[in-house]
Amino acid sequence: MNRQLWLALNSLIVLAFLLAIWQLSVMLLRVPPYMLPGPLVVGAAVVSRFPALVQALLITAEAAGLGLAGSIVAGVSVALVFAQWRWLRRLLFPYTILLQTVPIVAIAPLILMWAGTGVTSVALVAFIICLAPIIANTTQGLISVEENLIHLFLMHKATASQILFKLRLPHAMPSLFVGIRISAGISVIGAITGELFAGSSRVGQGGLGYSILYASGQLETDYLFALVLAATVLGFTFFFMGMLAEWYFLHNWHESNRSDIPD
Amino acid sequence: MVRLENVSKQFRSGALALQNISIGIEKGEFVSFLGPSGCGKSTLLKLVSGLVPATSGLLSVNGMAPSNAREIMSFIFQDATLLPWRTVFENVGLGLELEHKPRAEREEKIAAMLELVGLTHVAQRYPRQLSGGMKMRVSIARALASRPQILLLDEPFAALDEMSRDRLNEELLRLYLEHYWTVLFVTHSVAEAVFLSTRVVVLAPHPGRVAHFVPIDLPFPRTAETRLSRSYEDCVANVSRLLRSVQALDGVAS
Repeated sequence: MNRQLWLALNSLIVLAFLLAIWQLSVMLLRVPPYMLPGPLVVGAAVVSRFPALVQALLITAEAAGLGLAGSIVAGVSVALVFAQWRWLRRLLFPYTILLQTVPIVAIAPLILMWAGTGVTSVALVAFIICLAPIIANTTQGLISVEENLIHLFLMHKATASQILFKLRLPHAMPSLFVGIRISAGISVIGAITGELFAGSSRVGQGGLGYSILYASGQLETDYLFALVLAATVLGFTFFFMGMLAEWYFLHNWHESNRSDIPD
Repeated sequence: MVRLENVSKQFRSGALALQNISIGIEKGEFVSFLGPSGCGKSTLLKLVSGLVPATSGLLSVNGMAPSNAREIMSFIFQDATLLPWRTVFENVGLGLELEHKPRAEREEKIAAMLELVGLTHVAQRYPRQLSGGMKMRVSIARALASRPQILLLDEPFAALDEMSRDRLNEELLRLYLEHYWTVLFVTHSVAEAVFLSTRVVVLAPHPGRVAHFVPIDLPFPRTAETRLSRSYEDCVANVSRLLRSVQALDGVAS
């Protein structure tokens, strides 16, 4: 415990050091604040525009959360179908890679054209970017069950759905959470990308993506930095929530969460 | 109880795993299958359980096709094959749950089985918190919970240290005498095969075929004392010799 505290303290010292260098360089080199504001200016922007910042963050969080949740539901469903019918998996799995390789920036305008501006299309962009990691990881977990375990179930005359839901699905949980962890971080990126194109999803209100566009247009670089900071915090929060859920579901039995030694 | 007539198994790769196996096993027999690796002894069990279809020959379990006789059979695998997300209690109840037995009956049976293998005190633990020997006991309890008449064991104690192995052998024999199962036991340990069995089948490899039937006439109950007796040692020496001759044969063939 002492050791962990020491490590945390160390990384805080490193952070403070980096901020100090940043602040000093900005002051000594006389960089204009619209080019690169120092950390103190950014901090002031965070404080003075806190309500707007939080509002933008919540709007983005909603879209990213919807996209992520949707991708988990849809991704797990697709993976279950893939696990059940091998020919279907062979036929369609390559196309899920397409989801990952298609540049989201290029299709975001299309989605907006089809679904209109608003939280739906922003969430849809996040959904698309999150889907592939969920499908790929869950499918891998579902199909990598040991043969003997399948045989064990067959000896007890298990039905196909019993094998799927009592064996394959729980076995795939750790892999599913690997997918969720990846997707949790990129869901925020997806939502912000969507917002860059969607603009304000509600009248007078915009998410982080919209605010970033606005701040850069107005050369409010300090606010821009504050927004980037907020986006990072949001991504980290999502990631952390994914980890928390993983711990909640798996800590009893899974090796990766092993904290005690067997006796 | 279990009949094999000219049973052969050829894998899709073309390799002949078993060739013309004919064995009749009576109710209450404890038959061990012993042989070097590649003799198809595990495949033989999979055929009897109906998990893997035979290529040719006749196979019946209690007069039925193997896949129709699963109610009366339990399979115990080399690794304990426990579900890591279930507690010991839930693992033992797996078969009963899959067979849709009512909860009250399940819980009663699980408790009885845990008592039988001496694991009541770890009922709420997860498999990762157990030693290898305990995991195997859970696996045995799970197999016995569905009240099988035939037990199929595929090198169940191979991964255990000698002490746990000996103790589990003795416990298995005790249960065998109480329940009068028919047991098919695959092993590569001569000592284990002799200690447990009423009959040892020595298999020759490439392709797998029956080389010798060796009846083991040691009296029951067999205990740790049995291992020290002269007749036991003679039996072990005899079976070892047969196993070596089979292995030598393989050396010539390949």
